[in-house]
Amino acid sequence: MRLIRRLLYFFRQRRQADELAEEMDFHRQMLEQESGDRHAASRRMGASTLAREDARGVWLPLRLDSLWQDLRVGFRMLRRSPGFSILAILCLTLGIGANAAVFSWIEGILFRPYPLVAHQERLLAITGTARGEAGHTDISWPDLLDLQKNCTLVDAFIVTKIMGTTLSLGDRAERTIGSIVSANYFDAIGVHPILGRGFEPGEDVGSNAHPVTVISYQLWQSRFKADPAIIGKAQRLNGIEHTIVGVAPQGFLGTFVGWGMQFWVPASMEETFEGGEYKLEDRSARWIESYVRLKPGVSLQQAQREMSAVAQRLETDFPATNRGRGIKLWPLWQTPFNNAGTLLPTLGIMLAVVVFVLLIACANVGNLLLVRSFARRHEMTVRVAVGANRSRLLQQLVTEGLILSALAATGGLLVAHWCRHALVLLFPARAGVAMTLPGEIDWRVLALSAGVCLIATLLLGLVPAIQTSKIDLAGALKSEMSGVVGGGHGKSWLRSGLVVLQVSLSFLLLVGTGLLMQSLQRIRNLNPGFSTQGVLFTAVDLRGAGYDPQRAKTFDDELLERIQALPGIDSVAFARSTPLSYGSFSSSPIAVDGYQPPPDEQPTVQYNQVGPGYLATMGIPLLSGREFTRADNETALPVAIVNDAMAAQYWRGDDPIGKRLQVKGKWLQVIGVAKVSKYQSVRENPKPFFYVPLRQDFSVGANLNIRTRLPAETIATELAREVHALDANLAPYELITLQEQIDRSTSPQRVAVTLLGVLGGLALLLATIGLYAVMSYTVSQSSRELGLRMALGADASKLLRLVMSHGLALTAAGVVLGAAVALASTRLMGNLLYKVSPRDPLAFGSAFLVMTVAALAACFLPAWRATRADPARILRD
Amino acid sequence: MGKGNDLLPGTLDMLVLSSLTRGARHGYGIAQHLKKISADVLDVGESSLYPALQRLMLNGWVTSEWGASENNRRARYYKLTAAGRKQLAAENKEFDRMIVAIQKVMSCA
Repeated sequence: MRLIRRLLYFFRQRRQADELAEEMDFHRQMLEQESGDRHAASRRMGASTLAREDARGVWLPLRLDSLWQDLRVGFRMLRRSPGFSILAILCLTLGIGANAAVFSWIEGILFRPYPLVAHQERLLAITGTARGEAGHTDISWPDLLDLQKNCTLVDAFIVTKIMGTTLSLGDRAERTIGSIVSANYFDAIGVHPILGRGFEPGEDVGSNAHPVTVISYQLWQSRFKADPAIIGKAQRLNGIEHTIVGVAPQGFLGTFVGWGMQFWVPASMEETFEGGEYKLEDRSARWIESYVRLKPGVSLQQAQREMSAVAQRLETDFPATNRGRGIKLWPLWQTPFNNAGTLLPTLGIMLAVVVFVLLIACANVGNLLLVRSFARRHEMTVRVAVGANRSRLLQQLVTEGLILSALAATGGLLVAHWCRHALVLLFPARAGVAMTLPGEIDWRVLALSAGVCLIATLLLGLVPAIQTSKIDLAGALKSEMSGVVGGGHGKSWLRSGLVVLQVSLSFLLLVGTGLLMQSLQRIRNLNPGFSTQGVLFTAVDLRGAGYDPQRAKTFDDELLERIQALPGIDSVAFARSTPLSYGSFSSSPIAVDGYQPPPDEQPTVQYNQVGPGYLATMGIPLLSGREFTRADNETALPVAIVNDAMAAQYWRGDDPIGKRLQVKGKWLQVIGVAKVSKYQSVRENPKPFFYVPLRQDFSVGANLNIRTRLPAETIATELAREVHALDANLAPYELITLQEQIDRSTSPQRVAVTLLGVLGGLALLLATIGLYAVMSYTVSQSSRELGLRMALGADASKLLRLVMSHGLALTAAGVVLGAAVALASTRLMGNLLYKVSPRDPLAFGSAFLVMTVAALAACFLPAWRATRADPARILRD
Repeated sequence: MGKGNDLLPGTLDMLVLSSLTRGARHGYGIAQHLKKISADVLDVGESSLYPALQRLMLNGWVTSEWGASENNRRARYYKLTAAGRKQLAAENKEFDRMIVAIQKVMSCA
């Protein structure tokens, strides 16, 4: 009832106010008549404006009406001091913008990475595991079918494996990436092609049985000129005519974080795109990257239990291929096989960092507000004196804070919008394929940003809250004097506290940046076990051009001869895979003469198929035995070169040369031992690995490694000419050094360093501004004291020291606090740090140095200004 | 400012309600009535009276309508509602209890 009456009042408040005024007027006139004295009547009536306010306040305690007034006053106040307003809004915009940008990246990369895909909240990544090995493995097709048959808690299994081809249309050949998918793919993720159809059940069965493809909207627009009659047309992909059966909707990029897919083919075409032998019936061939969609209400743990039970049955049913193999489910944001997994630690740290930046920005603006509220103390005092209560004042001040943070939030969202695609820029460019790591600004991000804005408002509101609670009517009339050394002044602890907070937070960020930089340096300086300079690599996409093995071998031989004949080339070798690249090495269960594996383990080792002279070309030392030669071909005795880690593990100190090794049912003779090098990641530990001659396990379209003293650009043109001479339809991929390859593989670390560096620099700047502002203010407030000291004979250097020491004391307190927090928390960076202690003295030392220099710079100007003051004038004023 | 401020909290509301038991009055009339009955002890100013009246209206204990005053001017008359009568009775009882309690305490002092 009361609420309804309040509402009625609210909608008729003008009339109500008029009526109240009228009846109070009547009251006054009656009193006048009674006493005959106008002034006496007024006295008896009391402050009628206040009464009217109070009467209204009975109905509208929330003061909805006064909010509008507060907003107007707030805007007027901000306009009156534009310097303050701009600085405050800028600080907050940076703080809120950094938050919104990181939120949008996390949303767009980790939580809702796949535009148009339905039910992403129930989507999980699924991989294999191998007992005794960290990380994940891919899954074989037969295993996946068995999981699909036996798991009751899963709605759908979606297979997706990224691959590439060279798409030749008209006179343009372009590297294009696509996915090998299960036939249920489009139906399961709820994406419906805008033209034609998705894949039909059964299209993922058989060897090269269903050459059909669905193309992306972008590809359809750019390469097929949006041909409305595209469905049913043929397109040659990797040498096989595919029928285009569908066009995916605009904005659908597939299901791989980081790269947008341009076409999709069913799993039956795997042989054509994956290379190697037919894998759909091979339980030992693990090549699938996959997702599952859980049934509604099923938790990851429940599904994991069921999967593990099925995996265990597979272990007993198929010991030869599945012994020691498990299945693991991952939340989408931890997906290990795409950029979600690689960016997760970076984004996690960024989240903490942007909160710090926001806190620093808030502390800065808080300090500005404090200084200003000091200047506005007179206004506040007057308002209290004429009867404003404190909550009313506080409401006004909080409204002003809200205006600041709302403007900043708007600016922040703009910043986030501009930064949507900024993450991609931090990754090294690759010829041919464009990376996409879009931030997503959806309602969740907006809600979070609004929350951040509210938190900022509350933090800012704390300052005036403390301020107004201290208004002392009597005391405010006396002028207050504060001093640099006096220290006991009322609000100085708050100002100092905010500065100490800023300094400690930015010190923390500096330490973090230092640790990451050093870690990156260590990674860059790491010896990968092969030459990083003077070795170039590239590839020619023979498979995309439809070469069969026989033609490819001829081409390889001819190209090798031509390149070797070029001036400045030391050596050239082919290899199926390149170290540290996305493409995986072959791997196979092995058996070794005289080695008895533990009962529940099936030793599996990765290997590479390489041409003659590969080790010499790569600069991988050969420890004993010999390299492959041209004589190690299809008809010769199958041979292998193992690395020393493998020799140590499986031959236990015996010389493996001349011993035998069984791979995929074939016995190979070990002819050499190579030194261990890095294979998949520069950070991996030494692990067993072996090489087989490319000719004894051939694959079309191998990588070309070239050792030369000439620069890459020179070789690139000559190489392109030679390839063109052999086949006018072919062009080599970009030619890069192995160092570039390492840089690409360590890009997550570099992204982390860059981001933290930028935000750390921002934080340092904000903190320096904060320190400068406080020092300037302190000096201006204690000009009388300083003047007095000067008049009493203190010289300039003494004053300089006095002021500087105050600022440096604040800095020291901040550094000590920051260092304490850093020592306790940098271990959380664990995963991003490589061979750097979280307590690394160099990182702490350089952070200290940078902070000190910044603090000196921030304190010097105000201090210097203090010494320039004219004591006579100050004391006279 | 009116002396109503020195009353026990809530007493002013009760006094206003009681002054309306014999029929509708306008604001000035209420103030006059209280002053007369209390022999000039209770001189309620508008800064207390009008917020109190608004409070009573908000609670639904009085209603108001505009009418002509004794000297033929427009004035707002307040009238007790049924809920207001019930409230007054309750407050009367509570007030009596309170006075007895206060008297007991004071007589012991």
